[in-house]
Amino acid sequence: MPAVGTSLARTDGPSKVTGQARYVADMVVPGTLFARTIRSSIPRGRITGVRFELDDGFTVVTAADVPGHNRVALIADDQPCLADGRVEHAEEPIALLAHADRLALARAVVHVAYAPEPACLDPRDSAEMFKRIEIAKGSLEQGFAAADLIVEGEYRTGHQEQLYIEPHGVIATPEDGGITVAGSLQCPYYVHKALCVLLGLPPHRVRVVQTETGGGFGGKEDYPSIIAGHAALLAWKARQPVAVLYDRQEDMAATTKRHPAVIRHRTGLTRDGRLVAMDIDVLLDGGAYTTLSPVVLSRACLHATGAYRCDHVRIRGRVAKTNTPPNGAFRGFGAPQALFAAEVHMDRAAEALGLDPVALRERNLLRPGDTTATGQVLMDDCSAGAVLAEAVHRTDFRARREALRGTSRGIGLALFFHGAGFTGSGETMLASRASLELTPTGVRVLASSTEIGQGTRTALAQIVAEATALDPSAVEVAAADTAIVPDSGPTVASRTCMVVGNILRRCGETLRRRLGSLTPEQYLRRHGPLVVSEQYERPAGLEWDDVTYRGSAYGCYGYGCDVAEVEVDPDTGAVRVIALTAVIDVGRAINPGLVRGQIEGGSAQGVGYAVLEDVVMREGRMANAQLTNYAIPTTLDTPAMDVVLLEHPYAHGPYGAKGVGEIPINGPAPAIVNAIRTTGLDLRDIPATPERVLEASCASR
Amino acid sequence: MRNPGVGSEMRIPVEELELRRPASLDEALRMLRADGSLVPLAGGTDIYVQLNAGVAPGQRFLDIWGLDALRGIAVHGDTLRLGALTTYTELLASPVVGEWLPMLIEAARQVGSVQIHNRGTLGGNIGNASPAGDTLPVWAAAEAAVVLLSLDGERRVPFLEFQVDYRRTARRHDELVAAVEVPRQDGAQWFRKAGARAAQTISKVVMAAVRSSPPRIALGSVAPVIVRARRAEALLAAGAPIADAQAMLLQEIAPIDDVRSTAAYRCEVACRWLARFWEETRS
Amino acid sequence: MRFTLNGRPVDTTAHPMARLLDVVREEFGLTGTKEGCGEGECGACTVLLDGAPVNACLVPVAHAAGHDVVTIEGVPNAETLRETFVEHGGTQCGICTPGLIVAASVIPQGATEHDVREALAGNLCRCTGYQGIYRAIAAAHARSAARAEPGRRE
Repeated sequence: MPAVGTSLARTDGPSKVTGQARYVADMVVPGTLFARTIRSSIPRGRITGVRFELDDGFTVVTAADVPGHNRVALIADDQPCLADGRVEHAEEPIALLAHADRLALARAVVHVAYAPEPACLDPRDSAEMFKRIEIAKGSLEQGFAAADLIVEGEYRTGHQEQLYIEPHGVIATPEDGGITVAGSLQCPYYVHKALCVLLGLPPHRVRVVQTETGGGFGGKEDYPSIIAGHAALLAWKARQPVAVLYDRQEDMAATTKRHPAVIRHRTGLTRDGRLVAMDIDVLLDGGAYTTLSPVVLSRACLHATGAYRCDHVRIRGRVAKTNTPPNGAFRGFGAPQALFAAEVHMDRAAEALGLDPVALRERNLLRPGDTTATGQVLMDDCSAGAVLAEAVHRTDFRARREALRGTSRGIGLALFFHGAGFTGSGETMLASRASLELTPTGVRVLASSTEIGQGTRTALAQIVAEATALDPSAVEVAAADTAIVPDSGPTVASRTCMVVGNILRRCGETLRRRLGSLTPEQYLRRHGPLVVSEQYERPAGLEWDDVTYRGSAYGCYGYGCDVAEVEVDPDTGAVRVIALTAVIDVGRAINPGLVRGQIEGGSAQGVGYAVLEDVVMREGRMANAQLTNYAIPTTLDTPAMDVVLLEHPYAHGPYGAKGVGEIPINGPAPAIVNAIRTTGLDLRDIPATPERVLEASCASR
Repeated sequence: MRNPGVGSEMRIPVEELELRRPASLDEALRMLRADGSLVPLAGGTDIYVQLNAGVAPGQRFLDIWGLDALRGIAVHGDTLRLGALTTYTELLASPVVGEWLPMLIEAARQVGSVQIHNRGTLGGNIGNASPAGDTLPVWAAAEAAVVLLSLDGERRVPFLEFQVDYRRTARRHDELVAAVEVPRQDGAQWFRKAGARAAQTISKVVMAAVRSSPPRIALGSVAPVIVRARRAEALLAAGAPIADAQAMLLQEIAPIDDVRSTAAYRCEVACRWLARFWEETRS
Repeated sequence: MRFTLNGRPVDTTAHPMARLLDVVREEFGLTGTKEGCGEGECGACTVLLDGAPVNACLVPVAHAAGHDVVTIEGVPNAETLRETFVEHGGTQCGICTPGLIVAASVIPQGATEHDVREALAGNLCRCTGYQGIYRAIAAAHARSAARAEPGRRE
C-alpha cells in the first residue's frame, strides 16, 4: 500500500482522545517551584526603583542575575530578557519570583516606580524603523504613462492573537551542570540558542525538549525563548525545577501577536483591465523590539502585488517600532495582511473599470513562465489560473453573484498565493539537517521539526515509509529533544513537509539502498548501527540577492482561491459567513486528511481575522485580554466549508508536495470583505466588526 | 501568574474565601440575617469569572445551589413563577415557558454554551444586575416582579424598581432572590441581542419588547441599568412617526464606549431595532 | 466532601470553593481535563456533573459533594467517538479534545449538524475549524446505530 497520498489516521490520535497526552501543565512534579512575572504597567520610561515585600522562601531574579548576556537571541539583539533600568512597552518583564507555594506567590507585593516617558503608539508616528525594503521592477513612470485609469486605496489590518487553546508554559530543571527545559514550543533550537546566550553555557549543557504542544500557529515560534529564559534563570538561581505557566490573560496581554498593517496601493490599469503599474507602500507595526519583524516585512512585501504579473512595480516596505508589546509570527507571517490589501484593491479596480472581478483576475494572474516583482520565473507548478477556474466553476460564482444582487447577502472571492519555505537565502542559511536511524523494527526519524497539531509525526512518517519502502507503522518519529535530534530548522514558514520532508526522503532512499534485501533487524545484526543524515540542498537555479532583493524569493508557491458567501444583518452590521469554498493547490497531498484539516483550520482562523478578532489597544496594552472579550470563532460562527485540493507538483518537494500550513489563512479575509462589498458596503479595514460595518452602512446611505 | 495592578488582576486565592453551606432554605435565611456580608453563590458562572479576574464580590459566600425550594416553574392563575435557581437548560426544556415567554427562550438560547446553560440561573442573572445580563430586558419588558425572601417572608418588587444602579439591587442583606413572577403577556414578543459573535458573547446591546397597548420596550447594555423606553413607547402608541420615537429613544438611553463597543453603535442599533420591532410585530 | 469520580467513590479535603478543575487535576491526578481560560469560555475543562456538561473551572468542589463527576478518563459510551475522532480528523493538537469528547458524548443519536453545532458552541477549537469534529460525530453516530441494530451483519 502506498504511504504517500493516503489519509492515514494520525499516529498520536489515541493519546489525545483518551486524555493521556501530557502537556507541560500536566507535568509539574512535587518539588517544582511556581513562578510569577512582574511586568511593566507603563509603555515607556525609566525604572527608578523596585521594592519587594516578600515572605521567606522566595527566589528573585532581575536583570542583574543574568549569568550570560541579558538578550533574547533572535535576529537583532535588541530585546532584553528582563528589563534593565528602562521599559519599552507595557507588560515588559521586569522581575521574576519563584516559590513552592502558589498562595505565597500570589500574596507577594512588588512595587515598581517609574519615570514615564512619551510613548509612540501608532506606527505612522514612529521615527524608528526596524527594517526597510524596496522591491523595484521596470519603471513606474513608464507604467503609469500607459494607464487609462489609476485606482488608489488604503487598507488596514489589526493585531490578531494566535489563541492556541493551551497557553504558554515551560519547566526548567538544573541538571548535569547545565539546564534542561521542557515546554510548549515550535522551535527547540531557537530556544537552545537563546538559553546558551542568556546563561553563558556551552551548547552541550543546554537541553530543550518539546512537550506535547496544544497549538502554536507561530505564537510559539520565538516567544518560548523568553519564557524558557525566565524559567531557566529562576531554576539556575534556585537550584530547583521551576514551572512558568501562563494563564490565558497573561498570555494574551504579554505575548506576541500578528503585525498590524497599513498598506497603500496606487495601481495603473488599461481600459481592458491589464495591470500596467503597481506602486505599493507597506507599513507594519513591529511593537517595541525587532523580534522577527524584518522577515515578516519581507514576506509582506514579496506578496504585496497579489498573484498577478505586472511589468512595472515598486514596493516600499517599513516596519516601525512602537511602544507596544512586540509582535511576532502568526500563520501567514505578513502575507495575510498583504493579500487582504491586494485582493480588496483588485475588486475595487474591477468596479472602477466596470469589469467582472473574475475577468480582471483572469487577465492578469501569474502563469508558468511569468516573472514576479523580484524577477523569479515561475515554473509549471504555477496554478493560479487553475484554482481560480475551479473555485468560480464550483460555486457558480457569476450566477450566484447576480442572484444575490440587491439582497443582504453577498458573495466574493480572493485569489492568493504563498511562498513555501524560508524567504530568499533563508533555507541555505538554516542549513537544516535531518537523520534516519535504523531500529530493529524499522527506522526512527531524527529531526527538530515539531508536532503542534498539524500532523508532523504522521506526515513525515509517511514520507519516510514511501522512501524506505517500509510500512508507516515501522517508522517512529523521535521526540523533538535537542539532546538527540539534529537541527532541521524551525517548524514555521510552511517548510516542515516540503523542506524537511524532502531531506528525509533523501535519507530514506539512501537507507533503502543500504538495506538492500535485508530487513532492518538483519542489517543491524550483520552490520551494526546505521544512521543516515542529510542536509538541505538548494535546488539548482534558485538564486537570491539579499542586497538588491532580486531573484527567486521562494522555492515554490502554493496557490489558492476562496469564495465566501456572507449575510449582513441590516440592523446590527453583524456579518455571518454562511459558506466558504477553498480551492488550494498543495502540489501533492502527502496525507489528504491532514491537509484538509490544515485548510479547514486555517480558513476558520481567516474568518476570525476577517470579522471577529479585534485586539483593542488602550495606552499601549491590550484592553480586552480575556476570552470573554476577544472573540474567536465558535461552532456557530464557522461556515460550512467546501475544500478542494488540487495537485500541481513542485519538482523539488517530496513527491511533489508544496508547503500548505499557512496558505489557507490568506484567502478568507479578502473574500469575505469582497462579499460584503457586493451588499453595497465599502470596507477597507479588518476586522469587519459590526461597528465598522454599520458605520459603512451609514456612510452608504 | 499575572501581574497585579495592570488591569489584569490575579485570581483570588480560595484560601481567602469562606463558604457557608446551609442544609435548608430556613438555615440559609438565618445565616443571611446573622451575616449580611454573605454573597449568595448559585451556579458560579458569574462569581467564578469575577474571582478569576481578581475581583472579589465578597469574602464569605452562601451556597444556595442545593436549595431545591428555590427551583421550580409553576403557573398560578395569570402568573408564571420561575424559581431563582432555574437554569437556562430548564428554561429551554420547559413547554410552559415556551408558551408564555418565547422572548425568554430566545434570550436563553443565545447564551449559546451548553455548559453555561447547565449552571447559569435566573436568580444569578437578576441578583448580579449587570446591564448586560441576558434575561434582564425580558423582565423589564414583561413587567415582572422579583420575589425576595427573608425570615420575615416574601416581598415582591417590580423588576424596574429592583435594579437600583450598576450591579446594585434593592435586595436587602438578609434576603435571597427566591423567584421571578411574570404576568401573562398581552402581545407579540420580540428579542434581539447583538454580540461579538453568534454564541458565548456579552451583549453590545440587547432588546426585549412586547407589542402590547402601549408597547413595552426594554434595552440592556445602554445604561447602568436596564432601560424601559417609556417615552418612545408612548410616542409609538400615539401613532407618531418612527423617526420621532427613535429620536426620543436616544434621549432615554445613555450608552458608553467600552472595550466591547461604542456609544454610537449602541445608539444606531437601538434605533434600527425600534423600527424593526414595530414593523415585524405590526399584525 | 465525598463524591463519585468516574464511577468510584472519592473523598477530598480541598477548600469547598476550590475549583473542581483543580481538585480533579491536582488531587486526583486526572490531568486529561485542561485549563484553557479560567473564564468558562473555552470548554477545555468540560466534565459531566450528574451527566450534564459543565465548565469545571466555574464549579466549586462543594457542588460535587454527593454527586457524580465524570472526566475524559472515565466518560462512558465514548469508545466509538474516540475511534472516529482519530479517523476523521476530529483532533489535531489535542488540547481541546478531552473537553470536546465529554461534551460530544451526551449529544443524542439523530442529531443534525446544526444540533451538533449548538451542542458544542461552548467548546473552542483553534486547529480544526470544527469540520473534522462534525465528521467524527456523524461517523460515530452512524457506526453506533449500525452496531446497535439487531441481526445486522458487520
